[in-house]
Amino acid sequence: MNGLVAASRVSKTSCFPPHPVAGLAGTSFKHEHLAAILGDDPKGGFFEVHAENYMGAGGPPHDALTKIRRDYPVSLHGVCMSIGGPRPLDKAHLGRFKALVDRYEPALVSEHLAWSTHDTTYYNDLLPLPYTPATVSCVADHIDEVQCAIGRPILLENPSTCVLFPESTMSETDFIRALVRRTGCGLLLDVNNVFVSATNHSYSALSYLADFPLDHVGEIHLAGHAEQEDDEGDLLLIDSHDGPVADAVWKLFDIVIGRCGPLPTLIEWDSAIPEWPVLKSEAAAAQAILDRHADSHYVFGKAHAAG
Amino acid sequence: MPPDEPQSGDLSRRFDYAAAFTAGLLDPDRAPPDAVSGPNGKAAAKRYAVYRNNVTVSLIDALAASFPATLRITGADFFRAMARFHIRETPPTSPLLFEYGRDFPDFIERYEYAQSMPWLADVARMERAWLDAYHAADAEPLASGALASIPPERLADAVFVPHPATRAIRSRYPVVTIFAANRSDGPVGRIETTDPEDALVTRPGLEVFVRHLPPGGAVFLDRLMTGEPLGAATAAALADSTEFDLSANIAGLLQAGAFTAALQGE
Repeated sequence: MNGLVAASRVSKTSCFPPHPVAGLAGTSFKHEHLAAILGDDPKGGFFEVHAENYMGAGGPPHDALTKIRRDYPVSLHGVCMSIGGPRPLDKAHLGRFKALVDRYEPALVSEHLAWSTHDTTYYNDLLPLPYTPATVSCVADHIDEVQCAIGRPILLENPSTCVLFPESTMSETDFIRALVRRTGCGLLLDVNNVFVSATNHSYSALSYLADFPLDHVGEIHLAGHAEQEDDEGDLLLIDSHDGPVADAVWKLFDIVIGRCGPLPTLIEWDSAIPEWPVLKSEAAAAQAILDRHADSHYVFGKAHAAG
Repeated sequence: MPPDEPQSGDLSRRFDYAAAFTAGLLDPDRAPPDAVSGPNGKAAAKRYAVYRNNVTVSLIDALAASFPATLRITGADFFRAMARFHIRETPPTSPLLFEYGRDFPDFIERYEYAQSMPWLADVARMERAWLDAYHAADAEPLASGALASIPPERLADAVFVPHPATRAIRSRYPVVTIFAANRSDGPVGRIETTDPEDALVTRPGLEVFVRHLPPGGAVFLDRLMTGEPLGAATAAALADSTEFDLSANIAGLLQAGAFTAALQGE
């Protein structure tokens, strides 16, 4: 496997400026914002795209992403690799993912601790998995396979879940720590997901964060969530990504950045998408918190997984 | 892999969670899987329903995004019900949602409640072609004057390379008119024509264009796209319609950017 990693790191001429992402807040990139973004001056922050939306052969999506990548750091966020599923990875999909990494030279590359394909069906949702030594082994193999194919480590995102598996024998943080140890992957800490899962499963978000391997976090996600009720009429949160970041999530974010220093932080907003200035001001709020902690001794002290 | 890591001894158990979890995702009549629960043994019916809802709603939304004119014609409630039936019958097999919906036009043609709109399936075919053109590989179209380099006596043997975005759609209904009226933002007036319309869909640059093909034009384009030489394609087009006008069709196709190359025949 290591041989393959080395082979895929054959040097090539870079097509884009490097645009470092350290210490920046960014947003999801949505096509309807392209003209407004290109008109921004000065330019700042970074953009994250869902990899699958750029897996067509050509056309406006690639034209837009090329324009964005020229001016900004880009984070490539895979949504449907099904890393957390029991079945072998889709080799064609992995090939398309690698092609995007090669073409756009993203500053960050991430995927989810979840699955979305089973047998021949793609379910278009991030589905949960039990946490056991057997699933650690299977998911670690999948992460190895992805990292081997693209020739660099990925950041793995903690999920938000509504259900638990009674067969789980490990906590989520232990599970994630085992994956980091086995694969050398970095982590994408979605603070909204932490808050949503903690609420849904009646545990403390702060305890989860205290047990989370923060040293390996290379990116933060923040997003809005929606409220529903479970069977007992208790609060059930959904990571809907359709509104502003909740106050409680901002507070947790502030605590995490206080501990970790100014990690690249993304505002995710995927439906009921607002005008560009609204999204931009959410990113500015995150940037203010990053900047406030930038003076701390963490700034130059750490080599994060994002590199 | 470190040798001391636990191996998944019980393979069948490893596979259980995905099989058990997916069994009821597209079937609202099934009970939630036994394998999941809420915290402290709380019930999981509403919790599991969140996933079931996410799957169905997100796939309906994906079809709505890919077939906006079809949705506008039917209205949202009709469209979403129709899409839900289709999703349960033919869920996506690719994680690329812009590839989903290839079977949707055929489904619409069979759909009981759409029988009063016999043109609806062809509008959906236009939208599927439009999306294919949108995502097709980029390529420089053949210049309008390119045929001048082929000697007249060799023209009948010339073969054309279609642009990756080029599609021909045939219809017994005025599909281009209906499509154009319902893809725009403006109000849709009464559509007076009932004449059949064939369409060329392609994307010479960044913008997808839809054009109404003249009589015989769809057969002509179809034959050229399959690699038949100009002479044979012309004969087929004339057999389809005596009104077929060769020079107007060639000029129209070149001007639309339907091809990337013309190769002189043997």
